[in-house]
Amino acid sequence: MNLRRDVFQAIADPTRRAILLLVASQSMTAGVIASNFDTARPTVSKHLQILTECELLKQEQNGREIYYHINATNMREVADFIEPFRQMWEDRFNKLETIMKTYQNKKTT
Amino acid sequence: MELKTKISAEDGKHDLLITREFNLPLELLFKAHVEPEIVELWMGTKVLKLENKKHGGWQYETSDAKGNVVFRADGVFHEFIPNQKITRTFEMENASFGVQLEFLEFEKLTGDTSKLTIYSVFKSAGLRDQMLRLPFAQGLNMAHNRLQDIVKKLK
Repeated sequence: MNLRRDVFQAIADPTRRAILLLVASQSMTAGVIASNFDTARPTVSKHLQILTECELLKQEQNGREIYYHINATNMREVADFIEPFRQMWEDRFNKLETIMKTYQNKKTT
Repeated sequence: MELKTKISAEDGKHDLLITREFNLPLELLFKAHVEPEIVELWMGTKVLKLENKKHGGWQYETSDAKGNVVFRADGVFHEFIPNQKITRTFEMENASFGVQLEFLEFEKLTGDTSKLTIYSVFKSAGLRDQMLRLPFAQGLNMAHNRLQDIVKKLK
């Protein structure tokens, strides 16, 4: 199994990145995590499942509740921390390219 | 899909290199970096000041949906050669990353392709890594207000 690729796929999704960021600030239950999103609860659960399978999140039983923690070691070691930064520039530059192509076409017509 | 934007940031070093090839003529790539209205479109930030000349200053600002300023950065130009290079400083306000020195080089590849290289130097390797981790938050959908609040707290 290509774990590395799976992790990159996991963090490629904006909702999953948002979940990781949210849980990074403090551990919380699935219910609390879901309440931070407009997305349907089952969708959030699915995201949590993927993040847990990729070992970016850890589950911990606390009384009757299950809390999600960030797996800091894996976040650092497995998911190259440069990737989100790279993705941000990729998005910006893609936008730049599209904008300037439109600009170019407008000028030539 | 092939990754067009490449980033090189070696362990323990205080610099990083961003490279990207564009399907655009050199002049258009450069124009996208100097026209405030165009910069605003692709950087997703408001351009308060952009004096494209040696010793000129620049300032960007981003607000959330409620109008709260979530990001502000500024710096000065040390070198400005149209269609070739821009050397400038970059500093994020209210952040602890310090000043960075950025070297932007614009290269013509063919008549309608070009390449941008950004070499960025930080004061220390630690500050570089800290900064690299931050866009993890910035890369998110900034429309999500509650998340923005958390990002601000994390800083």
